[in-house]
Amino acid sequence: MKRRDFLKACMMCGAATSLGISNKAWGAGSFEGYPDGMGVLVDLTRCVGCRSCEAACNKEQNLPAPQVPFDDKSVFEEKRRPTEAAYTVVNKFDDKQGGGPVYRKVQCNHCNEPACLTSCFVNAYTKTKEGAVIYNPKICVGCRNCMIACPFNVPGYSYSSAFNPVVKKCIFCYDTRLKNGKPPACVEICPQEVLTFGHRNELIKVGHERIRETPDKYVDHIYGEKEVGGTGWLYLSGVTFDRVGFDTTLGNDPIISNVKEFLGTVPMVLSIWPALFTGFHLLSTRNKDHSDHGDSHSEQEDPKP
Amino acid sequence: MYSVRNWLISGVVMLALVSAPTIGRGANVPDSINIDPLAKLYEKVKFNHAKHISLIKDCAECHHHTTGTQVQEKNCVRCHKNSEAKKTVACRSCHAATPFSAEVLRAKESDRWLYHQDKPGLKGAYHQSCIGCHEKGKGPTGCKECHALTKAGEELYRTGEFAPRPAPGSGKHGGH
Repeated sequence: MKRRDFLKACMMCGAATSLGISNKAWGAGSFEGYPDGMGVLVDLTRCVGCRSCEAACNKEQNLPAPQVPFDDKSVFEEKRRPTEAAYTVVNKFDDKQGGGPVYRKVQCNHCNEPACLTSCFVNAYTKTKEGAVIYNPKICVGCRNCMIACPFNVPGYSYSSAFNPVVKKCIFCYDTRLKNGKPPACVEICPQEVLTFGHRNELIKVGHERIRETPDKYVDHIYGEKEVGGTGWLYLSGVTFDRVGFDTTLGNDPIISNVKEFLGTVPMVLSIWPALFTGFHLLSTRNKDHSDHGDSHSEQEDPKP
Repeated sequence: MYSVRNWLISGVVMLALVSAPTIGRGANVPDSINIDPLAKLYEKVKFNHAKHISLIKDCAECHHHTTGTQVQEKNCVRCHKNSEAKKTVACRSCHAATPFSAEVLRAKESDRWLYHQDKPGLKGAYHQSCIGCHEKGKGPTGCKECHALTKAGEELYRTGEFAPRPAPGSGKHGGH
């Protein structure tokens, strides 16, 4: 390769890459959820920690029997996270700021722009128009990328299955309820109406209205309205969210925004680096040849087959 | 086996069937009310209305503006300062038994002028009203202090005779 050819190739690669960069606006994090997407407004000030939601979820999703009964309060001794056997769990926070313990239900928040979906390389995840983030266990290869990607640590993993371990998580009761216009089982059983089911857009209004009507009762914030691009499940709290297990450092950008620019550089790396390093290699060998063999260089390079 | 939906619906139907006493304006006030929309999972709650009347005295505390007495809540007074007594004051006549059904949501969202967009359902209204007050006063607040589980309830909560078997070595029988 001639020096001139190498430089030419480099310039062409550069031009191609810059075109690519100018097109990277695709997939921008501006999706605010489907207009008719449903959601659940969780009012932590109402929860009494009865664990009925856990029992209803277990039955609705045909999950394995729990280790202790659902009316056993000893589970509150530790902070739990959802697993393959429990798509939702309630945790207790002994925070006296709000005048007593605060209970918080944990389950999939059904993000507008789900990080799990973004991270899944076999496309097992779907964000349905009803607002649920569901997955196809037949497609799932059990790689656990989504478990790492999820900002809320939600997906569980069927470690118990030796041959076909897949990811397991709350699906908003999509198959049995949501797609038929019915609320999920946890919402239906909740005695305190901690969980309010409705269109996400309406729930945001309801949440702000509750704050406006009883400002002493709530922190002036709906967790999930904007966090990581917005979530289908929204939270009201009487104590600051970081005190009841919420990550308040996530920011409002969807998780995909963290990787979008990086992913934009992948084509550039793939196209430029081979040419660049081939060029370096050729240049260095050429110089070596030159110093070793002096004026015989052109004779050595040109007769290559 | 009944699904959660089924027991809820059947509970609601049972509530409608059970002859709940009519509450009139001071006239026909029942001393006791059986609350049983969830009778599938729980034994009915025998609510001692007379005792609560003598304890609380102010009807508006639970019945809001419907009994003709003056409401105290600041937000309510704005509109209901001079509200007259309603014909029916039972909880279920305003609070929907299925607050999140597609029909109820549709009706609520299509009425843009409806102020009470955030009205709790029947179950939520009962519990928020009862527990809210019981926590302040001396009323029971534990689930089982008011609700004895039926067999179906025990099965749902995996308790009683449906309790998970304890780990080996910790006894023959568990959960009783």
